[in-house]
Amino acid sequence: METVLFYFLAAITVVSALLVITRANPISSALMLVVCFLATAGIFAMLGAMFIAVIQVLLYAGAIMVLFIFVIMLIQTDAGDLKRRAITFGKILGAVAAVYLAIILGIAAWRPPFIEAPQAGEAFLLPATMGSQLLTTYILPFEILSVLLLIAIVGAVVLAKKKI
Amino acid sequence: MILDIIIAAVKVIVIFAMVLTSVPILIWMERKGAAYIQDRRGPNRAAILGVRLGGVIHSLADALKLFTKEEIAAAPVSKPLFYIAPMIAFFIAVVTVAVVPFAAPLKLFGYEFTLQVADLNVGLIYVFAMSSIGVYGLLIAGWAACGKYSLLGALRSAAQMISYEVALGLSVVALFLLSGSLKLQDIVMDQGAMVWHWNFIRQPLAFVLFLTALFAETNRLPFDLPEGESEIVAGYHTEYSSMRFALFFMGEYTHLIVGSLIIATLFFGGWQFPFVGAAVMKENINQIIILGWPAGAFFMLIFGWWLASKFRRRYRDLRDYEPLVFGVPAMLFAILLLMAWAGLMSRGLLGDIPQWAGDVAIFLIQLATVLAKAIFFCAFFIWVRWTLPRFRYDQLMNLGWKVMIPLGVANVAITSAVMAFQ
Amino acid sequence: MIITVHHYLMLSIILFVIGAIGVVTRRNALIIFMSIELMLNAVNIAFLAFARWNLLIEGKMIVLFVLAVAAAEAAVGLGIIISIYRNRQTVYVDEMRLLKG
Repeated sequence: METVLFYFLAAITVVSALLVITRANPISSALMLVVCFLATAGIFAMLGAMFIAVIQVLLYAGAIMVLFIFVIMLIQTDAGDLKRRAITFGKILGAVAAVYLAIILGIAAWRPPFIEAPQAGEAFLLPATMGSQLLTTYILPFEILSVLLLIAIVGAVVLAKKKI
Repeated sequence: MILDIIIAAVKVIVIFAMVLTSVPILIWMERKGAAYIQDRRGPNRAAILGVRLGGVIHSLADALKLFTKEEIAAAPVSKPLFYIAPMIAFFIAVVTVAVVPFAAPLKLFGYEFTLQVADLNVGLIYVFAMSSIGVYGLLIAGWAACGKYSLLGALRSAAQMISYEVALGLSVVALFLLSGSLKLQDIVMDQGAMVWHWNFIRQPLAFVLFLTALFAETNRLPFDLPEGESEIVAGYHTEYSSMRFALFFMGEYTHLIVGSLIIATLFFGGWQFPFVGAAVMKENINQIIILGWPAGAFFMLIFGWWLASKFRRRYRDLRDYEPLVFGVPAMLFAILLLMAWAGLMSRGLLGDIPQWAGDVAIFLIQLATVLAKAIFFCAFFIWVRWTLPRFRYDQLMNLGWKVMIPLGVANVAITSAVMAFQ
Repeated sequence: MIITVHHYLMLSIILFVIGAIGVVTRRNALIIFMSIELMLNAVNIAFLAFARWNLLIEGKMIVLFVLAVAAAEAAVGLGIIISIYRNRQTVYVDEMRLLKG
């Protein structure tokens, strides 16, 4: 049951990721990325991180990708540009290097022991644990994160403003 | 394991059917409510065999019309997107109802039913996550329809929905500070039965903010700009006809019903009957059934009598008999219930109700409570829609970002301060 | 066979490399940006897989911070892309070669 679910979600993720990088139309790429994020949220839920899964759907698929689609709609490329894709030598070299990286990482990661997931207690699965850790052990990154988000908001508004 | 899957499937089908069949009733309520607020009668012409049923048949007539209309797709940008957009809008609206608790856990034949399709331990954030994805339905609809009214409506709608999502999320942060859990069932149980303990008394600011943000999320007046209707024809669903428009239409009303259920669950105590807690109900279920059964039957009798008394020979055709069509069966059914009660009382069977019958009765009372609260909020939504004028776009954005978010943050700050110093 | 941590790691590696190929291959700045988000996602899967198998909460905390930082980065990055589009009328990265010797 869990095997079937994992392979199903992994297949959706990989196929939609491949479609992201190969589509000509940027809106199709963005929508495929949304599907990829939803499938990834399913994988997060399988890994016992239910809170992160819904936050992924809420933030990534629901807000960041909406922002992407807004920008793509505002920057409309006409159809002529979409056909001018050149397969240069540099790109082929880059793709081959990336595949080589995948093979090396795969060989490095496939090591025994192959154990299944240990039993996770209630404390691991509840969002309350994350919340308490966030406010005690990780309070400094938390505060810095809020300042970072403030900087990002102000910066985005300043950057995207039209010069008056 | 198989039993779990079967029970989950049955719950899904029942709740989905319940939400789906309440959409035509809500459409009828909306049209009649709009009419009476605007000092007219509303739809009352469609009839089956001469019986008009006060306008309910109009919803059926609408459904038939939308099924049989021609589907026009005016050279869309991309056919798959054009087809998928209404499906996303409807699907997301329906999926949100999976976490709403309809009653307390029911113990029957040694098995505990949870009366919720899924009791996620992040139930509340799941609701917000689904509203986030609902933005895509509108955005893709406007984009794929390839027309300026549609694109304008879609961009406005997406901007409005993502602005008010922040306000929606912020306004309930204080709520789960109080309840200590994100599960909707825990929030309902934490509210208890006393009305002054419900969350709209404990968190009035959060209630007002959530209600306003929900108006914006479901694109209802006064936040109606995406659907225009006098400014941009029909906004993002201008180019959709027949079944796809029906999907958008149903999606909007389903979102309304689900939003009302969520408000009833979060702020009004969900399935809790006011002033009678679950434990009290369990102990006194015998008395409740002995007294409540004839009381309910008596009220139905009075109602049937009142309906039947409206019989006048005004038109001299089949239309005259309409009050009787409802009134007389209601009276007969009430008399039947009273006779059944009298019969059971005389045999002494009502004095000692078996455990499972008492539990089922409590479940039905709680289910009726949560549905009554949801219907009240639907009526409130309809009432506000036909009373307030529409916001302008900059006023809308101003309200969302500059008024509601600071108020939400202030609410969290005040709540945590009060909780810290107690 | 049962699902072990290696399956999740393989998935993470495949997604990361697909993202890397997207960054290297495409010309449209927006799609490069989307591939970067794909790579961040792959890394999240790896972190959560390790957190699950070692029962450490730290993995989840890091993922939360990565999500928030990615959101901030997306906002600012899209602002930059819009500015570039306003000045150069293009979003193709091979046409932005003013500094090229």
